[in-house]
Amino acid sequence: MSDDPTARSPIRLSRRRLLQVAGAALAAPLAARVGDVRAQTLPELPVLTALLAGRTPRWERLRLEMPRFADNGQAVPLHLSMPGPFAPGPMLQAIHLFSERNPVPDMAVFEFPLPPDRVDIDARVRLAGAQRIVAIAVMSDATTYAASADVEVTIAGCLDAS
Amino acid sequence: MADARVNVPAECRRGEPFEVRISIRHAMETGYRTDAIGKTIPRNVIQRFTCRYNAVPVFAVRMSPGIAANPYLRFFVTALESGSLEFEWVDDDGVRGTAQAAIKVV
Repeated sequence: MSDDPTARSPIRLSRRRLLQVAGAALAAPLAARVGDVRAQTLPELPVLTALLAGRTPRWERLRLEMPRFADNGQAVPLHLSMPGPFAPGPMLQAIHLFSERNPVPDMAVFEFPLPPDRVDIDARVRLAGAQRIVAIAVMSDATTYAASADVEVTIAGCLDAS
Repeated sequence: MADARVNVPAECRRGEPFEVRISIRHAMETGYRTDAIGKTIPRNVIQRFTCRYNAVPVFAVRMSPGIAANPYLRFFVTALESGSLEFEWVDDDGVRGTAQAAIKVV
C-alpha cells in the first residue's frame, strides 16, 4: 500500500544480492574455463620431467584446445596451434603431448624437420578418464613452451586398470 | 589394412601453407582389450607417421595407444613446387602403409 522505503528495502537488497549471486554464478564457470586453459601447473610425470630436464616452460604462444567435456574417451578432438615465425630465430622442433592418467603418458610427438610456416594441427586422442593434457613445444635453442587443457571424460577410452 | 584417405587442395599457391588432412585405417589396438574368450588382444599401434614433400620430410608424428583408432591428422605444409606428398606409417607389427597425394603449385 504505502511506499515506505524501509519496508521495500530488504526486498530490493535481496533482489540486488540475488542478481549479484546469479551473475557470479554465471561468470564462475567462464573464469574457471579460462583458468583451465591457462592453468600453469604441470602434472607429476617422469616422462615429462625427463623431457624438461630442469627447464621451466613458458606458458605462452603454444595453444592446446580440447573440449571441456568429452562423452567418449575413445576419440577426443585436439587442436594445437602456435604462432610463428620460426625462421630465422629459434625454430620449432617438436611438440610433445602428455597425458596425466593414460597408461601410456607420452601420447604423441609432433616433429617438424623443417621450420613450419603454420602450426595448426588437429588430431584425436584416447583418454582414460578425466585429466589434464599437457603440450610442450621444444625449440631449437632449447627453450620450451607449455599449454594445457583439462578434460572431463564420461566413458574412458582405455579399458584397463588405470 | 594399410590404407588411408588423403585430402589436399586442388591448387596451392607458392610459398603459402596448405591444409593436409589424412585419415588412416588402423585399429590402434591398445593391448588392454580382450577378445570374446578373454584373451588379451596384443598391442598394435602406429609407431611413426611421416609426411614427405618431394622426398623431403616435412612433418612426422610419433604415436602411442593414446592416439584414437583410425588416426586422423590435419596439418599444414608450405607449397614450394608441384610434385607429391608421400605419407608413410609403420606399426608395432612392422607393417608399413603408404599413401600419396599430387600437389599442384601455381
